[in-house]
Amino acid sequence: MNPPDGLVAVVKRSCPTCELVAPVLVELGDRITLYSQDDPSFPAGRGALDDSSLDVSFALEIDTVPTVVRVQSGRVVDRVEGWERGRWEALTGVDGLGTGLPDWRPGCGSRTHDPDVVDARLIAATVPKLRARVVELGDAEDEVEAMYARGWSDGLPLVPPTEARVARMCAGTTRAPDEVVAVVPPDLVECTVEKVAVNAVMAGCRPEYLPVVLAAIEAACTQEFNIHGLLATTWFSGPLVIVNGPVARAIGMNSGLNALGQGNRANATIGRALQLVVRNVGGGRPGEVDRATLGNPGKYTFCFAEDEAGSPWEPLAVERGLPPGTSAVTLFAAAGVQGVVDQLSRDPESLARSFAACLRSVAHPKNVFVWDALLVVSPEHARVFREAGWSKARLREELDDLLQIPAEELVRGAGGIAEGMPEFLCAPGTRLPKFRAGGLLIAHAGGGAGLFSAIIGGWASGAVGSEIVTREVRTS
Amino acid sequence: MRLLDPTSERQPATRERAKRIDVIAGHQVALLDISKPRGSVFLDRVEELLRERGAVVTRFAKPTFTKPAPVDLRHEITAKCDVVIEALAD
Repeated sequence: MNPPDGLVAVVKRSCPTCELVAPVLVELGDRITLYSQDDPSFPAGRGALDDSSLDVSFALEIDTVPTVVRVQSGRVVDRVEGWERGRWEALTGVDGLGTGLPDWRPGCGSRTHDPDVVDARLIAATVPKLRARVVELGDAEDEVEAMYARGWSDGLPLVPPTEARVARMCAGTTRAPDEVVAVVPPDLVECTVEKVAVNAVMAGCRPEYLPVVLAAIEAACTQEFNIHGLLATTWFSGPLVIVNGPVARAIGMNSGLNALGQGNRANATIGRALQLVVRNVGGGRPGEVDRATLGNPGKYTFCFAEDEAGSPWEPLAVERGLPPGTSAVTLFAAAGVQGVVDQLSRDPESLARSFAACLRSVAHPKNVFVWDALLVVSPEHARVFREAGWSKARLREELDDLLQIPAEELVRGAGGIAEGMPEFLCAPGTRLPKFRAGGLLIAHAGGGAGLFSAIIGGWASGAVGSEIVTREVRTS
Repeated sequence: MRLLDPTSERQPATRERAKRIDVIAGHQVALLDISKPRGSVFLDRVEELLRERGAVVTRFAKPTFTKPAPVDLRHEITAKCDVVIEALAD
């Protein structure tokens, strides 16, 4: 509905300022077209056109009532919000308006900003754009059981993806619902923003998490990250999402106490949404393409934010080439968490030696450069390096040196253990690096108390298996 | 309650299976090694047995066991061979 050219005012009866200016509106008579958001019999003595649908209010972008606008050729060319005698007189060209009234009075919020109205309009505008098949449940069906029965669940209950919830989820991004985000293995299916939104709803995400989920899916479905192989492997690994930049705080992620554990909605549901997309869109399910011998609990969900504010070092995403302040996800093929205790080291050399000794055991102490690892340094351990002035590069350099392992210790059969490196790599006197170049990540997270850090082992590294992938989160 | 389907809704194309062969002798047989350790031990023995039966054997290998065979490799096998045997490991 388009308002006519000329002077137009929008009011609502429940606004005291509108009540105050009612005599002025009556006095202006035919010189002004009047719309009421709640009661067309208001103001008494002249009434108003009914805009309880708010179509005119939205068309005129009304934020406040009363608002008076001048419309020319269908466009608003001047606007006054609330009651302000001088400006009302200038806009209407009528002097001496509301002589008994105060000079100025602020207005009230327009009904177009009522949360229920905004929500209803969002749903009405988005649902027609959705293309997913509708699954209609009978009245006697329990929706949670029905979702289990269709195989949509990872084993935990799901939030039912109603049209309204999916529409709200889609509002978490400016990307169109039909935009293709990635081709998801193993079935190599084009996955749209809408399909991601459906799975994000089921995972329990809030709409503001969606950009992070989308970035995680883009990163996971690259040739380098190789989610297909990661899914199919008999090894423990699944995708871990590490979040950097302002988005982590904006959506309330946990990078502190219990950062790798339960209890934070964003951490819990972003990782779960990624896994549900792989399951439902890609068709990757345990016992089918997922052949894990044991798996690990992180395959339900594994996502945390880096504690950048408390870190002595540059954030992981910056180290990996993105500008400071960029929101980003880094995907790592994580096998599980192994704790490192060192409550006695007070100098960085000693603590680095502890880290190296524990890192050597990733996958197997006699296996080298096949497995990547992520070292999550906690605040109390990080303090030791901060106070000694060690940069992250310095720590890595130290670890690289400490993890040059004598081949005699690694060769098959050494130590009475058949497992190990083949003889042709183990000439006497040589040393082999535990990790390939770039295969050891270091991040900072955790609660303020506890001289513990975490090693998260990886999977077959690099081109042979999975490359670590960092992607910017597009929040606008 | 109306729910939106979270799955791919793909409609897989149905194709006819290639005609099975009755006798292996004289046929081109591809042996595809997925490049996992010791997969070749199995394939060496299979190759031996197939040659005894008169098959013409060609060996192929994936670059890495963690990723699907590249399209070019699949095309090459399709073009050159009548039969393919893939050795899994573990």
